[in-house]
Formats: sequence, structure tokens, C-alpha cells
Amino acid sequence: MDISPLFFYGLAGLAIACSFWVVFNRNPVSSAFSLVLVFFSFAGIYALLDAHLIATLQILVYAGAIMVLFIFVIMLLNADIPSFDLARSHLFVKCIAGFISVLLFGLFTWVFQKSPNSRALGPFTVEAIEASGGNTQVLSELLFSEYILPFELTSILLLAAIVGAVALAKRKLAGGRF
Amino acid sequence: MDTFDWIVTGAKAAFLVVILLHVVPIMAWVERRGSALIQNRLGPNRVGPLGIFQSLADAVKFIFKEDPVPGHVEPFYYVLAPLVSLVPAFMTFGVIPFASSIQLGDRMIHFQVADLNVGLLYVFSIASLGVYGIIMAGWASNNKYSMLGSLRSSSQMISYEISMGLSVIGIVMVFSSVKLGDIATQQGELLTHFGPLLLPEALQFPRWGVFVQPVGFLIFLVSVFAETNRLPFDLPEGESEIIAGYHLEYGSMKFAMFMMAEYLNMFTASGLLATLYLGGWQLFPGMGYVLHEVQAYFQMSALAGDWTRIVFEVVSFGIKVGFFMWFFVWVRWTLPRFRYDQLMDLGWKVMLPLSLANILITSVFIFFGWV
Repeated sequence: MDISPLFFYGLAGLAIACSFWVVFNRNPVSSAFSLVLVFFSFAGIYALLDAHLIATLQILVYAGAIMVLFIFVIMLLNADIPSFDLARSHLFVKCIAGFISVLLFGLFTWVFQKSPNSRALGPFTVEAIEASGGNTQVLSELLFSEYILPFELTSILLLAAIVGAVALAKRKLAGGRF
Repeated sequence: MDTFDWIVTGAKAAFLVVILLHVVPIMAWVERRGSALIQNRLGPNRVGPLGIFQSLADAVKFIFKEDPVPGHVEPFYYVLAPLVSLVPAFMTFGVIPFASSIQLGDRMIHFQVADLNVGLLYVFSIASLGVYGIIMAGWASNNKYSMLGSLRSSSQMISYEISMGLSVIGIVMVFSSVKLGDIATQQGELLTHFGPLLLPEALQFPRWGVFVQPVGFLIFLVSVFAETNRLPFDLPEGESEIIAGYHLEYGSMKFAMFMMAEYLNMFTASGLLATLYLGGWQLFPGMGYVLHEVQAYFQMSALAGDWTRIVFEVVSFGIKVGFFMWFFVWVRWTLPRFRYDQLMDLGWKVMLPLSLANILITSVFIFFGWV
């Protein structure tokens, strides 16, 4: 019995519904909570595609770390609710936003309809990955052999970001404004 | 997956849920009797023998107590928060193996609900969702004490999650797998090296994680206390500062759900500690001998012998988990609590550098082939 379509439509529906809730909600914190649910349903879809590592990382990084930070920032900066109020925004802005959304939706539909249905499968089929020790092993081997340079460059970029954050925080502290 | 697989998976999941649901009342009782033992009191001793049914009485009280929703809260998230902290607590134990495997006909049954190839990462990712329950509770309660408690709790959990994750990397490097089943299996081998020294035959002992990664074990153990908000790191609560913290506005069963989540997180952490560092379901020294004697004495068939082995392994795993559960209680009633800045200093200035150094030293050891 193959029940994966059931799960796919359930998770996809949840993701879409929660995305709408993120946009139309007037409370920033509850928008953020819905965004967590969006990430969670994406992770579910990845898991259905046998991409367990991506699914786990999606939860670990996006839902577990980045969104917690978002919620912290929203809570601590005490973002005022009126600035998120849809009714107060200008009619012109609303029209532009609606137009761009419809345009994007149309563009995506067009691209997916135009793209060929059957593509040649790459070397990383589900069976091939299973045979060589699972997602985690295959991905880490690639990361530390073929893609070692981009991988290390990314880590240097992240290090620069950390150093920058620390430097910025330090300077403010020395200025005596806090 | 055919019908047989469905039944087996369902049975394993049901077994685990039953165990998890029973851990909570038993631990509540152990905690009370344990604290009484340590403080030279009697503890609960009226309901049932040794007060064992006290937890049952408590459960009845929790369920039948009035369950008001205060007027100043955000009702939807207020009700959702205990669920959000309870569900991940139930989910994490699914990848921890509680016994090895058994051959039934031409099928191999692993005593582990889900043998994911991301194993350890799954535990960390689901455990990191537990923090939302706490944030949500603090925010939805619309109360300054709750908010402060939830901020304290979540920042403490995030800080210690880093050193916890890094401390486990050593184990992953040594056993070169993130699958908990593989890690537990490999700990059955013998440790032949002590650093650069070769051990003589008589001194070889099982290659348990605690022997190959002692520093990692220590970091993980300390981080787990912070992750589960247990004393000496129970800063989210503080009667004199922020009263009950994030669950201040909660009563009856909703409060009980937070308590259940705490005990289940403890249980998962104990299971993880046992699996990663004490060999998981590997038998204790001597138990293998007893097992052989039992099998020989009753002249068991191969299948019955295998099932006896499984029972022995479950018992062995249970003893290890039980030890860590008791350790949580023991520490709680022995050590005083930290101050919040001390907790953060310990996390960021001691645990984090130590876990990074542990990774470095482990890789040097692996490079020279000493582990």
C-alpha cells in the first residue's frame, strides 16, 4: 500500500495554508510560529523524497536555530503590532504587491509547464545512495572531496561574519551607548 | 512495506509509547523518594506500599482539577504550548535501539522503531523543536515572569545545544557512523589501544564510548542537564526571582504535560547517553556468561535462545538508562544551583572550547590510528 501521495498532499496543503497564515496574520510572533510549521512540512516532503539528511538539516537549521533567533528578535525588539496591520497600508502598495504575486505565480506555472517531463536520472538515485551507505555518507564524502574548496570558502565566509558581528558589538560597547 | 512490516513497526512503536508513558509517574515517585532519602526524610508513604501509588493519585488530581484559561492569555497558543513541548519529547526516542536484532524466518527485526541513516542528527533536530513549546508558553501567557523564564530557558538550551552537538562529533568520528544502531554494535568490540599504548590481552575492555571519549562524555553529560532544565541548571524556574517561569500560568493537566515533557526529555537523554557512551544494549561483563548458562540449562532452541538474548539486552539497556535517570535525581538533590551568568560562562567559555579541543585531539588520535 503506497500512502505517500496522501502524505504529500497533506504536507503540501499544510505548507501552503501556513504560508498564507504567515502573510495575512497581524501578529508577528504568530506569523513566525506559522513559518516554523511551513519549514516543518517542507522537511516532511524532503523525507518523502528519501532525502533524510536534507529533511533533518531543514529542521535542525531552519526550524531549530534560525527561527528561534527570529522569534527572539521579534520578542525582544517588541515589534509593534500596528506596523503589521494590513488595513493601514496604502491601497497602491497593496495593488502592486498583489500584481507582483500573481505575476510570479504565473511565471512559475509557465516554467513548470514548459519544462520537459522526463529527465535523465543523475548518478544519485535512491538505490545508488542506499548501496553506498546512505545520504549522510554520500553527501559528506562529496563535500570533503569534490566540493572541498567551496565548502571551505563558505566556512571562511561564516567565520568572517562571526568576527564582524563580534567587532560590531564590541565597538558599541566601547562607545558607552549601552 | 508489507503487512508484516507494518505490524512489526506498529508493535515496536506501541511498546515504546507504553514505556514512555510509564516512565513519568515512576520517575515522579523515584524523585520524591530519592529526595527524601537524600534529605533524611520519609517522602510519600501513605498511598500504597512505599507510597508507590502517590503518582497515580497525582494523575487523578491533575485530570480532575479545574482547568481555567486565564483571561489575559493568547488562548490558541496558550493551549498549544504544552503539546508542542510534549510531542518532540515523545518523538526523539524512536531512533534509539533498545536491543540488537533477531532473525525470524528470512527477516531481520531490529529493536529500534526507525533505523534512519541520519540517526543522531534526527535526535538533535527534533529535540531542538522542544524549545518552541517553552517560547510559546512564555509568550502566550502574557506575563512578565513567564516571558523572562522562557527567555532564560530557551537561551540556555540554545547555548548548550552547541557544545552538546560538538561533543558528539568525537563519537561519530571514532565509530564513523551517525546511525545509533551501528554505534551501539561497534561498542561490543574490544579496546586494544590506550592512546599510543597497546593493551595486553588481560587488560582489554569493551570499546564503550566512555572509554574512547571521556571528555566528550563529560561535556555531553553536563550539557544534558542544561538541555533538560534540571538542577543545577534549573534557571527557568526560581521562586524568589521569576516564580515558576514559563509554566507560571498553567495548571492541572497542562502543567502536567510540561512536567511529562521534562521527564521524557530526561529519559531520552539517558537513553542517548547509554547508547553513545555505555554501549547501549551491549551486555554487562558477566551477563554473557549467565546468558549462555541459562540457554544451556533450559536446552533452548535457537529461536528461544535468541529471544532470551533480547530480554537480557533490554535488561542491560534498562539498567544503564535507569542509572542515568537516578543520576539526574541524585545530582538534583545534591548540588546547589548556578547563577545565570555562571551558567552562560560555563557554556560558552568552558564547554564550547573544550568540545572543540576534544574534536581536534580525537582527530589527531584517529590520524595516528590510536582509537
